[in-house]
Amino acid sequence: MSETVAQLSKKTGASPVLQVSHLSKKLGGKPILQDCSLTLNRGELKVLIGPSGAGKSTLLQCINCLIPPDEGKILLEGRALDVADRRALCAFRAQVGMIFQDFNLFDHLTAEENVVIALRKVRGMSRQDANRRAQEELGRVGMARRAGLYPAQLSGGQKQRVAIARALAMDPRVILLDEPTSALDPELVGEVLAVIKDLARGGMTMLMATHQMDFARALAHEILFMEQGIIIEQGSPEVLLAEGSATRTRDFCKHLLEMGA
Amino acid sequence: MNSLQVIWDALPFILGGTLTTVSAVALALGMGLVLGVPMAVGQVYGGTLIRAAVGLYVWFFRGVPILVLLFLSYGLCMSLGLALPPFLASCLVMGCISTAYQSQIFRGAIESLPQGQLRAARALGMTDGCGIACIILPQAMRLSLPGWANEFSILLKDSAVCYVLGTQEIMSRATVVAQRTHEHLALFALAGVIYFILTLVVLKLLRALEDRVHIPGYSTGGTIGMGAAG
Amino acid sequence: MFDAAFVSQELLPALNRGLLVSVALIVPAGVLGFIGGILLGCVRAFGSPWARRLGDAYTSVIRGVPLAVQLMMIYFALPKVGIYFEPYGASLISFILCNSAYQSEYIRGALLSIRQGQIKAAQALGMDSLQTIVWIVIPQAARRALPGCGNEIIYLIKYSSLAYLVTCMELMGEGKVVASDTFRYTEVFLAVGAYYLVMVTLATWLLHWLERRFHVPGFGAR
Repeated sequence: MSETVAQLSKKTGASPVLQVSHLSKKLGGKPILQDCSLTLNRGELKVLIGPSGAGKSTLLQCINCLIPPDEGKILLEGRALDVADRRALCAFRAQVGMIFQDFNLFDHLTAEENVVIALRKVRGMSRQDANRRAQEELGRVGMARRAGLYPAQLSGGQKQRVAIARALAMDPRVILLDEPTSALDPELVGEVLAVIKDLARGGMTMLMATHQMDFARALAHEILFMEQGIIIEQGSPEVLLAEGSATRTRDFCKHLLEMGA
Repeated sequence: MNSLQVIWDALPFILGGTLTTVSAVALALGMGLVLGVPMAVGQVYGGTLIRAAVGLYVWFFRGVPILVLLFLSYGLCMSLGLALPPFLASCLVMGCISTAYQSQIFRGAIESLPQGQLRAARALGMTDGCGIACIILPQAMRLSLPGWANEFSILLKDSAVCYVLGTQEIMSRATVVAQRTHEHLALFALAGVIYFILTLVVLKLLRALEDRVHIPGYSTGGTIGMGAAG
Repeated sequence: MFDAAFVSQELLPALNRGLLVSVALIVPAGVLGFIGGILLGCVRAFGSPWARRLGDAYTSVIRGVPLAVQLMMIYFALPKVGIYFEPYGASLISFILCNSAYQSEYIRGALLSIRQGQIKAAQALGMDSLQTIVWIVIPQAARRALPGCGNEIIYLIKYSSLAYLVTCMELMGEGKVVASDTFRYTEVFLAVGAYYLVMVTLATWLLHWLERRFHVPGFGAR
């Protein structure tokens, strides 16, 4: 059985980076996630969509155990994560990048220091190496000239780009993005999406919750549609959003368009 | 005898007491800082038992007047057969009180930080200990500065009652000279002026510190001024 | 070690006697200090420049000098210029003067925190000055000032023990006498501490109850 899976992935040329199986979470007796499974192959961009409150954010935070899941298995490059092992959990998180809706830059550190701190404290890099690396990553997201500014001196779009640089500097195997543009003013959404687009073209493995349907249609390898904590539809955008297809995903997108979002 | 002459003669003696006052307050504040920070962290992130223990400690030391605690320490030392010098006993009592107050200042600051800060630290693979030490505390300490300045000013004023144990600080020396010369008005006025100047000078220093560690857009919610409470 | 006869026949009667004096200090000092604080706070917020400066100076002197020093001044020093007080009177006067200064700080802050728009809106609705003050300014200012003023009352309860320094026989003074007579400092001051703890805890509950009772969602959380 496992051989067939291996053979299959060899045949299609895909190797799974992140595998999540049967993830469930209850809060106060109320199920937030039910039996969510997904696989991310190397270089894939999958997009999570669904109405607010569907559990997209919870799913992403459960994947790197910021919210501990009640049940389920998480595998990074074939190795299972043992949630009880704090060491292993930290090492796992260091390899899984996370981008938050509300940025969560460290407010007392400059843009550069925000990138540097995890490199030094988690990866144990020297100050010099960490600074160099931070400069590189900030340059990559177009923030090199603002490296010395504090979060309060940056626009929302700039903050999110710094947050992306901070995640990239850790050399993540996969990046989880939790609605990275929904806290931004409309005119600032473009600059952040451009950076994510570049990453996708560069072959970064990503799982992104978003309401940006045009972006999903153009770049996603697969769309996962969530509702009430369950992944109810899953497929390529061409199939799910095809003219005349009777999927929940398409209904939802039409609804979004009508709302002008 | 002329009041001015009395003040002039007593000045070196009382300024010597000022040194005692300042060192006692500094030691107590230091003790409060060293113990207050871990207590605050324990109260925010710790389990039920730690929280209850810290809560009990804070309730006791914030609820009992300093005079009572001073005499209580005297009694405890006596029944334990411990010959604690008055200066040390005063420092310990003030330190215990300040620990309780400072832990609440830091706790308030930690709790006022957005939840996302620690979450982002965890997401980068930091351990909780590292996240608290590198991310939470540097921010919380900045936010605590005005409260801390306030605590200093309260403690400085509280230190005036330590003379009941025989600590040779400003008040005790002013009282001694006043009883000898019967110039109560002049000497207590002098003591008052010294406390007033001490408060102003240290608050000025703390405000300079606040400016130094200031981070753009990071409001401390209040600036350092003369402390509340008698 | 525990001596029931000593506690019930000697200690508790003395402390209860002292408690009455303490309450007789705290209640008037709290009430009059609060009224003084309102007057002083209004002067410092809306008075003429000179009155404001005078009020500010008074407040910063009181707040910069230990209460113990103020007490000593009033009890030991003022007689030199012909003003005499008994221990109780000196303590009460000193507590009122001190409490007013601290309370005025919160009152002033609360008054100044009321946004200009609130007053304009009241006037736009046709309220006169008195109506604006009674129906808009006071309800908002009182809520803002409540936590700070309440805390001052809690401090007052504890600092009332300083009256002992000028030989006023309140809770602390009675305790000290029993302790000196019997040399049982630990038991006596544990009991005295318990009395204060009860008073402070009751006052804290009352304050929290008041805060909850008058809580308005979203108001006061800056």
